[in-house]
Amino acid sequence: MYDGFASIKRDRNRKLLVTCSLGTALVFVVLAVSFWNFQVGQHARFSEMAENNHLRTLRLRAPRGVVFDRNGRVLVENRYSLNISLVRERIEDLDEALGVLARVTNVPVQSLHDVVERNQTVPDYRALTVISDASLAQVAAVTSRRLELPGIVVEQIPTRFYPSNGLASHLFGYVGEATDEQLDTTTDPRVRSGSIVGQSGVEQRYNELLMGDDGERHVMVNSVGREVEMIDEVPPGAGRQIQLTLDYDLQRAAEAAFQAGGYAGSVVALDPRSGDVLSLLSVPGYDPNDFALGIDSDTWKSLNSDLRLPLQNRALQGRYPPGSTFKIVVAAAAMEEGLIAPDFKVSCRGGATFFNRFFRCHSVHGTVDLDEAIEKSCNTYFYTVGNMLDVDVINQWSQSLGLGVLSGIDLPHEVEGLVPSRDWKRERFGEPWYPGETISLAIGQGALSVTPVSLAVMMATVANGGTRITPRLLKAVKDNNGWRETDASQTFETVEMLPTTIDALRRGLWMVVNHEGTGGLARIEGRDVMGKSGTAQVVSLARRAAAQEEEVDFRDHGWFVFAAPRDDPQIAGVVFAEHSDHGYLAAPIARHIMATFFAKQDREPLPVLSGPLPIVPWVDADGQ
Amino acid sequence: MIDRRLRPHIDWVLLSTVIVLALIGLIMIYSATYDPTTETVGPQLSRQLLALAIGLAAGFVCLVIDYRVMTDNAGLIYTGLLALLVYTLFFGLEVSGSRRWIDLGMFNLQPSEFGKIVIALVLAVVYSGQRRIDRRIQDWAIGAAIVAIPFMVITRQPDLGTAVTLLPVCVAIMIFAGFRLKFLAALAVVGVLLTPVGWTYGLEDYQRTRIASFLDPEQDPRGAGYQQIQARITVGSGGLTGKGYLQGTQSQYNFLPVAHNDFIFSVLAEEQGFLGVLFVLGLYLFVILRSLDAARIAKDQVGMFLVVGITAGFAFQVIYNVTMSAGLAPVKGLTLPLLSYGGSSIIATLMGFGLILNVRMRRFTN
Repeated sequence: MYDGFASIKRDRNRKLLVTCSLGTALVFVVLAVSFWNFQVGQHARFSEMAENNHLRTLRLRAPRGVVFDRNGRVLVENRYSLNISLVRERIEDLDEALGVLARVTNVPVQSLHDVVERNQTVPDYRALTVISDASLAQVAAVTSRRLELPGIVVEQIPTRFYPSNGLASHLFGYVGEATDEQLDTTTDPRVRSGSIVGQSGVEQRYNELLMGDDGERHVMVNSVGREVEMIDEVPPGAGRQIQLTLDYDLQRAAEAAFQAGGYAGSVVALDPRSGDVLSLLSVPGYDPNDFALGIDSDTWKSLNSDLRLPLQNRALQGRYPPGSTFKIVVAAAAMEEGLIAPDFKVSCRGGATFFNRFFRCHSVHGTVDLDEAIEKSCNTYFYTVGNMLDVDVINQWSQSLGLGVLSGIDLPHEVEGLVPSRDWKRERFGEPWYPGETISLAIGQGALSVTPVSLAVMMATVANGGTRITPRLLKAVKDNNGWRETDASQTFETVEMLPTTIDALRRGLWMVVNHEGTGGLARIEGRDVMGKSGTAQVVSLARRAAAQEEEVDFRDHGWFVFAAPRDDPQIAGVVFAEHSDHGYLAAPIARHIMATFFAKQDREPLPVLSGPLPIVPWVDADGQ
Repeated sequence: MIDRRLRPHIDWVLLSTVIVLALIGLIMIYSATYDPTTETVGPQLSRQLLALAIGLAAGFVCLVIDYRVMTDNAGLIYTGLLALLVYTLFFGLEVSGSRRWIDLGMFNLQPSEFGKIVIALVLAVVYSGQRRIDRRIQDWAIGAAIVAIPFMVITRQPDLGTAVTLLPVCVAIMIFAGFRLKFLAALAVVGVLLTPVGWTYGLEDYQRTRIASFLDPEQDPRGAGYQQIQARITVGSGGLTGKGYLQGTQSQYNFLPVAHNDFIFSVLAEEQGFLGVLFVLGLYLFVILRSLDAARIAKDQVGMFLVVGITAGFAFQVIYNVTMSAGLAPVKGLTLPLLSYGGSSIIATLMGFGLILNVRMRRFTN
């Protein structure tokens, strides 16, 4: 049935079929090569992408170490807070989800949007906390709408929990997410983006101990991010427990006394033998719990803009003129340099003239020896002694006793005080030191400033007879073998002082409290308390008169350094009361702390402050 | 039922290869619809099994009836197809904005899937009747019109992907019928020149984004480019030997959309690896070459044209789907014949092979 035309067609069709077969085979070879390229050539890359698709690492936050006081009382612990978080990869319509969430939790929707806005760079699968520390009502509202809000989860997060009364807030410090700078500079592999680290105080200083190892949970998720299977879990490891040298009861006593006095200020109480910090206080404080879950910007702003500087730890960072408490250093220097003996006498007629200028004393003391000069804080006596001393000698003794240098306390951000010297004057002002300046310096005035903690070190050093201790807060660390005590004594330095010097200073300081001095309010029967008041001028008298109408408080700051008992001091320290006008008004605070200390030592009921602090008008006192 | 003299001429090799592919399809559909969290399988597997049975029966019918009886009634069959397509357009089941299915209760029939074989039948008849080598322009116009009508209707459903599968059938038969390759080249040039016009007026927005995302999938990884990227990840992560049956993380955890349907080959590539890909590609190549062989030895022109048309449609769809499975072609709703889930697809495909076997089997009869 095929004619000529047909056979031509047949040939053409045969050729076409061969071409088609070869062409198809070629295409299949190309396909196979393409699959080879993807499946074998680029296998590693695509495998990784597939893993990123379905494997998720969720961080399990480790609780930080518990902090105990020296008697084993819990100071800082952890609680579990409930956070409401968003997993954005599970949410289709974010605006709608946030709208519903805002409605059921009664939270302004804008604040939720703000959180999302701030965390644009966080991966979609990571839970984003939008409501920290949610109330049970909020949690219930969210969980009951689980179907409506598929990408919204409630997480239990271990959270730092500080004593609710704001106790020792500066000392504990606070925690927060690691800053970019901390991430850049840290050598600790545990500190990663989103880690909670100490930002201040003990939390910062001992972050390495307190921080736990965050755990991880590896899960498989499906394409909408729902967890379908847990692969494995590395449980979080809690941080180390630490014990502080702090005594909870003493800290409470100091805070109660400050509250009764109504002052801002600071307390540092040390064990003069070991350097243990028994109490360290800065008023006003803040509530570190506000930081535990990330502080909100309003609270942060108000803390930062508060003129009373609640975030400043006055004990370490406040610098004030030491006033008459500096006379202890001047007396020690003069005796050790052999310029005076304890029986050296000066006649006070209400002041004295040096370099053609009259230097005032606050009273007419008559003829006084060293004991009486310290007891009555006689300026004339110390002007005279200061006139005999060189400024650089005073500077050197100040530093030996701990002033103008860092105390080395184990807390971050300590600042140095300033004790002037010839070099300092030349560098600072390009001028030589004038001998007349030494006269003022000898009573603790002029370009002189100290921190409360450094003054406490000075007092402890005098009290213990010349061992310059280093204040320390870390008493013990718990490791796998139990509690391991720390020891700071190798950093102690010995200040060579003659026994006569020590005796004279102790006698004078004892008389301040127990005779007719300015420290009578610190007297405790049978405890042989030593002490010395001081007044730090805020502004000059002339300036103060001029500014009477202003609202700024120009009243002077009061100091009281203390130690007890005289023969074997077990506690030494300083009270600094802002705008208390007179140093002797700080003495009752010191008294309450020491009374608490001794009562506790003797296992007697702790003294209770009732009502305001006793204020006795002191006839012959200003403590200058 | 089949004449005893015809039985030895059944191409058992082709038939068994086709059935093996359909069984591999069942196995892969099981995996693709398996839910590892609940350890259950979707309803698709049993439906596919039913469709496979119906398909085998329909294919058997297509084998038993002499293909010349069918070509004689091509006009009737064509009219029936058009009627079904138009019916679907107006009364079909609407699923996410398109009407492609007729609800038959047990499953949904997709008439457009049968377009390929009907077109092959009609065009085979049209071009085998004439004996001249030199054809005139109106010959091609008639063929083009025959394809254009169902093409337009299917496009209105809208289902551009299935409509496009008619074109290789038409082009292949026309080339065998004498259409000059240089005309085809000229048409291709015109087509390229018309691309911008077609881009602007011929395509819907979603089609434009699909093509744009194909050219640069990373641009919109969450949107239209998502499937592309996931397809590549699925295939690439399979490696040489695969992750193992039911172990494909991409398909088991739904990162690959419609895995049991358009992306069944990606599932295979992920779980069985390059070796599995090579095996299945080999089977497909064998089926195509064996079909072309049936065309070569066909008794008459109408048989040859019929086989060429059906094979061309099949080959085109296989190649396109496999390319797409690797993320190398824009995502179209095109199934992989024999492997993909889809009742109408498997039935139409098996009917097509029934016809191919039919032509080969009757190569000695009058």
